[in-house]
Amino acid sequence: MVAHAEDVVPPRPALLAFAARWLLTTNHKEIGTLYLWLSFTLFFIAGAMAMVIRLELFQPGIQFAQPLFYNQMLTMHGLLMVFGVVMPGFVGLANWQIPLMIGAPDMALPRLNNFSFWILPFAFTLLISSLFMEGGAPNFGWTFYAPLSTTYGPPSTDFFILGVHMMGISSVLGAINIIVTIFNLRAPGMTLMQMPLFVWTWLITAFLLIMVMPVLAGVVTMMLTDRHFGTSFFSAAGGGDPVMFQHIFWFFGHPEVYILILPGFGIASQIIPTFARKKLFGYNSMVYATVAIAVLSFVVWGHHMFTTGMPLFGELFFMYATMLIAVPTGVKVFNWVATMWRGSMTFETPMLFAIGFVILFTIGGFSGLMLALVPADFQYHDTFFVVAHFHYVLYPGAIFGTMAAVYYWLPKWTGHMYDERLGKLHFWVAVVAVNLTFFPMHFSGLAGMPRRVVDYSLQFADFNMVSSIGAGLLGLTQVLFLYIVIKTIRGGPKASARVWDGAEGLEWTVPSPAPLHTFETPPQFPPVMDRDVDEGTPIRNE
Amino acid sequence: MTSFAGRLKCGLMTSVLWGFSHPAAAVVLDLREGVTDMSRRIQELHHLSLWICVVMGVVVFGAMFYSMFAHRRSRHPQPANFHESTLVEVVWTVIPVLILVFMAIPATTALMDIEDNSDADLTVLITASQWKWHYQYLEADIGFYSNLTTPDEQINNLAPKGEHYLLEADNPLVLPTHKKVRFLVTSNDVIHSWWVPDFAVKQDAIPGFINEAWTRVNEPGLYRGQCTELCGKDHAYMPVVVHVIPEAEFNQWIDDQRLARELASGEAVADRAKTWSIAELMTIGEQVFLGHCATCHEPTGLGQGSTYPALAGGVIPTGPLTAHIDRVMNGKADTEMQAWAPQLSDRELAAVITYERNAWGNATADVIQPRAIYAAR
Repeated sequence: MVAHAEDVVPPRPALLAFAARWLLTTNHKEIGTLYLWLSFTLFFIAGAMAMVIRLELFQPGIQFAQPLFYNQMLTMHGLLMVFGVVMPGFVGLANWQIPLMIGAPDMALPRLNNFSFWILPFAFTLLISSLFMEGGAPNFGWTFYAPLSTTYGPPSTDFFILGVHMMGISSVLGAINIIVTIFNLRAPGMTLMQMPLFVWTWLITAFLLIMVMPVLAGVVTMMLTDRHFGTSFFSAAGGGDPVMFQHIFWFFGHPEVYILILPGFGIASQIIPTFARKKLFGYNSMVYATVAIAVLSFVVWGHHMFTTGMPLFGELFFMYATMLIAVPTGVKVFNWVATMWRGSMTFETPMLFAIGFVILFTIGGFSGLMLALVPADFQYHDTFFVVAHFHYVLYPGAIFGTMAAVYYWLPKWTGHMYDERLGKLHFWVAVVAVNLTFFPMHFSGLAGMPRRVVDYSLQFADFNMVSSIGAGLLGLTQVLFLYIVIKTIRGGPKASARVWDGAEGLEWTVPSPAPLHTFETPPQFPPVMDRDVDEGTPIRNE
Repeated sequence: MTSFAGRLKCGLMTSVLWGFSHPAAAVVLDLREGVTDMSRRIQELHHLSLWICVVMGVVVFGAMFYSMFAHRRSRHPQPANFHESTLVEVVWTVIPVLILVFMAIPATTALMDIEDNSDADLTVLITASQWKWHYQYLEADIGFYSNLTTPDEQINNLAPKGEHYLLEADNPLVLPTHKKVRFLVTSNDVIHSWWVPDFAVKQDAIPGFINEAWTRVNEPGLYRGQCTELCGKDHAYMPVVVHVIPEAEFNQWIDDQRLARELASGEAVADRAKTWSIAELMTIGEQVFLGHCATCHEPTGLGQGSTYPALAGGVIPTGPLTAHIDRVMNGKADTEMQAWAPQLSDRELAAVITYERNAWGNATADVIQPRAIYAAR
């Protein structure tokens, strides 16, 4: 059919053909690639904003960024990293991997898939263009608390609202597509409880997206009507309540932070068994723990709001519920350690990033547990301790997770092995830089430095200087990563179908690089894994 | 930029040595102890949870690192085959639950005490606005604004930074020792948050709502904190300074404040009686402008884009006088341009309006007398 269609269409000029290919593609691999490049591009933009922030905080006093511009930087950094980097990055991985891992020929709704992606460049162009508008970009933090964002927001706030709507539509459509694909297109014989963990975590993430993105859409719409149509949802003067904004926002926001981490859990659960050469320990409990985390994520939003004057009962409820999340999260960490236990491990780059993920994410989890204790939260809240906490769960969590996945699957995508030596260098520099950047923030926070400040008193100077140096180094590692990725795409040792000798699963039964169309006939499940891993694949003694 | 490089080098060295290049001798890594019973309890809770996390981290990461060492392929070529155990899963679900209960108990009791706002000896209404605090002593009926005093030269690196850079205010909140002080916290514009780390009191100031908190400080001293909720441009420049003094001194201070208020009203009467020269008003006006207005409208009067309009040649400062007086006294609704009538005296308002209409080439030659402001109130 496809070949026939190509025969009748007259050849197009190269540039037009290139544009048409990527604009009109309905192929899950190509759309996955688009998502990943969008994510990577925005990673550099949002990262550059982080560099501005760290440069300004290098020393006390105002050096590089005036306060209003600084607030725009921290707002855009947060918004772009959350909505533009981590979410599209994970969706890109899902697009590439879910059909390959469940033995499906493509996503269930390919045109919808194309639409979900192509909304995003416009949404982010809209958002980023606000930087160049009169009055500047949104400057109220990525949490856009009312009334700072409503009554007092700059004119560009409306662009932000429209941008968020577009991203939300994209996310919901993408999530529907993933759910439909997973429920309908699994290889014959693959039951839900036989799905790879990455597919499981994405299935749960997709449900979270469907449930909370409309809430986000609701809250920005209420902002819009407050700003322009005379309503007073968030203004006490008209009978509304600014705290209600926070309730609605965090009812979206807390599941959202699990949206940003659950696929990472799935990635670690794929990679660790591969390189430990041992089956994932406690598969069932891993699935149940992920479900438990997702369910609990809907009843803990109040822990972002302990200082808003919440009544005692509310504080106690949200404290206990939040602490409870440590239990399923702990189960996951224990299971990963048990998977490694008495395995036969090698430490290629994906494994290094996965281990870095587990350790550093756990540190972020520990500070999360501390933050759950309401009396202590009164001291930690809105200080750099919180900044340290969520960067520990997001950088080594979401970003390391994505990078681990890229190193793990890049040979499958490109047909080339990446440069192992450079990959390891990338990991080690990144792990040093991450800790250098974010660990001192615990101390500046405990010493009393509020977050989102453009300037600070002298007692915090040394910690900030260390953080800024670490951030500069962390910025450089991204350039190295980009170089490694491009180098791998352009060439490198040929990768075998199975790539890793410990890898299990359907995606390793197709050739590397994966042809544009795979599993046109349903594969056999469980697959027979090819025991031959050819030359060029890194089987080295560590 | 040489000082920049020097500072970088110095910072690098001290950071590496884990030293401290600033007045204090040692690096503080801990949550501060504070000066109230509650702040100490919270520090103990912090220590408890921190050490539980450290122990759990040592156990989990220890197992991981041992495994990475002992179960790497070169030492352990044949992987084991086990991959599930219900017993183990139950054990590592139950043990964390028990640890959590152990942590929740002291947290709950402390929280119940924190939320007990009853039986206060003294109540202070704290009203936040962009970017200052107003303190009102409800029993004594005294109120004043508290503004940052750190000079712009220090912020813009034109002068060496003082010891309490950004943590210094003109009128600190004054409290007596050994008294239970209840704070009612609210805001006039956006959400702010009033925080004194040494008291372990952090309470959001929310427009239209009044939150409660309390403290009892036993040690006299000056305690410093900051606004901790992003509240716009000058969020970093909104210090909280609290001066705690013995009760007798505090009562004396209350009396002094009352006296000062009477003197000020006497002064205001005199201000109204006098006809001020433009030179006098311009001098006072420049001070007022630099102290209150320049953060947005800039000392040059050129403003910052459309958000903070230029006053030099601006529509209002060169337009009708009544509109100008109205804008300065009553502000502009839903913007950061706040009402200055409650914050400044007749003389200050008259002076700053005169200044704005005659500085930076605004040649209206208008002279506004304090009595005109009094009439406009």
